[in-house]
Amino acid sequence: MLIIRLLSRTAILFGTIVAASIVIFALLAVLPGDPAQVALGVNASPKALEQTRAEFGTNRPLVTQYLSWFGNFLRGSFGRSYLTHADIGPQIADRLQVTVWLVGLGMAVAIVFALPLGVVAAVMHRKMSGTLLSAISQVGMAVPSFIAAILLIDIFAVRLQWVPSGGWTPPASDPETFLRQVILPVLSLGLIQAALLSRYVRSATLNVLREDYMRTARAKGLTPGRAFLRHGMRNVAIPVVTVLGLQVSALLVGAIVIERVFVIPGLGGLLLDSVSNRDLLVVQGVVMVLLVAVLVVNFITDALYLLIDPRLRSST
Amino acid sequence: MSTTPLTSTLGAATDTRSERRRLSPTLWIGATLVGLVILVAVISFFWTPYDPVAVDAPSRLMGPSGAHWLGTDALGRDVFSQMEFGARTTMFVGVIAVGVGAIGGIPLGVVAGMSGRFVSEPILRLIDILLAFPALLLAILFGAVWGASTLTAMLAIGIATAPGFARLSRAGTLQVMSTEYVLAARVAGKGKWVIAVRHVLPNVSGLLIVQASVSYGIAVLAEAALSYLGFGTPPPTPSWGRILLEAQTLLFTDPLLSLWPAAAIALAVLGFNLLGDGLRDRFDPQLDDRR
Repeated sequence: MLIIRLLSRTAILFGTIVAASIVIFALLAVLPGDPAQVALGVNASPKALEQTRAEFGTNRPLVTQYLSWFGNFLRGSFGRSYLTHADIGPQIADRLQVTVWLVGLGMAVAIVFALPLGVVAAVMHRKMSGTLLSAISQVGMAVPSFIAAILLIDIFAVRLQWVPSGGWTPPASDPETFLRQVILPVLSLGLIQAALLSRYVRSATLNVLREDYMRTARAKGLTPGRAFLRHGMRNVAIPVVTVLGLQVSALLVGAIVIERVFVIPGLGGLLLDSVSNRDLLVVQGVVMVLLVAVLVVNFITDALYLLIDPRLRSST
Repeated sequence: MSTTPLTSTLGAATDTRSERRRLSPTLWIGATLVGLVILVAVISFFWTPYDPVAVDAPSRLMGPSGAHWLGTDALGRDVFSQMEFGARTTMFVGVIAVGVGAIGGIPLGVVAGMSGRFVSEPILRLIDILLAFPALLLAILFGAVWGASTLTAMLAIGIATAPGFARLSRAGTLQVMSTEYVLAARVAGKGKWVIAVRHVLPNVSGLLIVQASVSYGIAVLAEAALSYLGFGTPPPTPSWGRILLEAQTLLFTDPLLSLWPAAAIALAVLGFNLLGDGLRDRFDPQLDDRR
């Protein structure tokens, strides 16, 4: 049953990717304007235009263009920019690395803060009223990450001058500068998500602690901590994993804005630059990569769900 | 919006009504914040201390004073007037975006909930595809195609909020369809559409109002982020996101200028989130418990 369900999820994943690619392609194909004209300028001769169109492949029917674009995409090739003639694939790969660092570290910050906070708030919910945590997480949900970023810059870069207000250094070339530059963007992405996540961890933990199997575990002689680790954690994980999946998508999108705030050359920067340069093939490629990332994360979330919770495997 | 369908949400029994009358702090704080934003937006139609887009170079970057309550920006524009106008932009974008989301999403969800597999499966897949497009990404894409404007931002945010409405109204519809009064209506020979309009919609309206409030918070956030990136309301129309973008370059010298729009955005989103939470507690959409 597990295999069948995983296979059907995989089929849905691919179907959705194909559908999304058609939407993106169609949106950008309705654009007025001819890429060849844009590349050559208004004074280009008809013959040169014809030649460039053939070179770009934009003189073919739309369906053929789509199929060749999507086929190349599946093989990891994004074509060459109409404007700079540079190969788009390596550009995207370069920028993606930067964004993956931001999203990964942001997620780590969120988990490191939210898990203990949520569990402690649930265990001590009688002593330390949940109101405080819930107030903090409400504020966290209301403050967009770019506003948190500006506040953090104001405090730590402008007033205290502990860290720079932006920039990017690859971790391999200079780890110390990398850390100093990355800490504010990662905190502004992660802390907001931590606020949201801790809320879910708290309510999931509260639900689990009330379960009969937890009482049984205690009756068998396990300490509260042991009982929670052995029997509670897995059940807390189920709702939390779902939220985590949604949060990775939120972080990917949040990174677009955060990269702008901190002048970081990530995927978001590439997207915004290519939109303002009207470099459409690059826009198409970046959006496609971001969408596939979102979809794959959702797929992994679903799959993890099935792996963590055996009860879901047999249900239809 | 009349109160009749609200209090009768999924047959909320009358005996609990008096208990529900008491406003929770979440609800009234949320309602107050939202009311404040609406009030400021409405006032901006009748009165702003200065023309929000009037450039006045000699009085640039003045701190808060009796003449300029929140000071002036780098071009000498009155920040208070700009913020007032920004509230209007925020409300306008939110209303249209949530409207688009609701008008697009609710019928999809209700139809999916009432129909057989051959209709509901394609709708569910469509919702899945829409869910993959985050509001911000869609708005940037629309901006690339049609040029960024208030309209593309509203449309993108609206389309991105539609799946939420669709999923919720489908879940609600499925619950309502399994109730005895729907069975009775079917036995009485009522048609599908009559049942949808007379029984399903009034009963899911409470949930949908909660969803509208939450979506409004998301819309305010997205609009601010888009304006900040330059993909929302184009200049010179003031919007909180762009006021913040312009103020950020002056963070080292005039941090207060960034504080006003940042606080306004956060408080507006907080207001809609709290209002949504409060309404949810009030309507108690525990569909399963109410069958």
